[in-house]
Amino acid sequence: MAGHHQLNFKVLRNTLFALLSLTILTVLVAKPVSGFDAGMFNFVIAMGIASLKAGLVLAYFMQLKDDNKLYLGLMISCVFFLLLFFGLSFIDIISRAPVDSTL
Amino acid sequence: MSTANVDRSGGGHAHHFESAEHEFDTSKFGTWLFLCTEVLMFGGLFVAYFIFSNLFPETFLEGSKYLDWKFGAVNTAVLLFSSFTMVLAIYYAQQNNNKKCANMLMITFVCGLIFMVIKYMEYTHKIEMGLLPGDMFAFQGAESSNLGLYFSVYYMMTGLHGSHVIVGMGLILWCWFRARKNEFNSGYFTPVECVGLFWHLVDLIWIYLFPLLYLID
Repeated sequence: MAGHHQLNFKVLRNTLFALLSLTILTVLVAKPVSGFDAGMFNFVIAMGIASLKAGLVLAYFMQLKDDNKLYLGLMISCVFFLLLFFGLSFIDIISRAPVDSTL
Repeated sequence: MSTANVDRSGGGHAHHFESAEHEFDTSKFGTWLFLCTEVLMFGGLFVAYFIFSNLFPETFLEGSKYLDWKFGAVNTAVLLFSSFTMVLAIYYAQQNNNKKCANMLMITFVCGLIFMVIKYMEYTHKIEMGLLPGDMFAFQGAESSNLGLYFSVYYMMTGLHGSHVIVGMGLILWCWFRARKNEFNSGYFTPVECVGLFWHLVDLIWIYLFPLLYLID
């Protein structure tokens, strides 16, 4: 069947190793575990690693890398609307007057 | 299932599709659309998490201290490994090897079970301590007055995720039964493929939940 992307065992195994390594890294750079303190960047680093892992799962386990680009476009538009949801909600929250203000 | 009576051993397909490939692509496109709605549904909870943790950072910091990151880390590894065995089930189906496909599906199912057992241990421990959501919060000695808020978010996010794991386990078991009956081949493995996509999404959500809930600094 021409439409089926043939999976490669070595690629899948290496993806698993990369994902497990990144999980260990997530734990190592977490302040409650290792005391690693980069201020607000702790959160940025944690989310960056999580997104890298999510990218690996999407690209190799869910085969977006070699599959019909329609699915990739679908997922990108989905993430775009998710970020829009995040962004607009955040603008709303941070632009409000504090609850205990005298306004 | 409308697809139950179609013989797919030699490229057969349901009558309303042009070809087996057309059938496969349609099923897969539908699955991806469904996954997008799933992402947006969890998205609402993630927005709630970000807003509340931004408004009450001390509450979330205190709440995460009652979670043991070791449980979370083991569960992350279990889910990642189960994603690997899930995709191997597709790999073996592509090679017409139903026996190995079934074995991989069973390993994936057991991994889901291990995940849920660990989750059960975490939940019962917290319920015994009185670390319950919202108004039900009964734990004495909390520093934050609204610690129940953290546990509302915790139970809602992990609960919705856990129910997805249970649904995924059921679907994997269904694929396992079909693989045992030698129903899959290199030309037809749509159920394994689509259930796999769902299972990977469940894994994907946990990848974000783990640092957000367990590893707050």
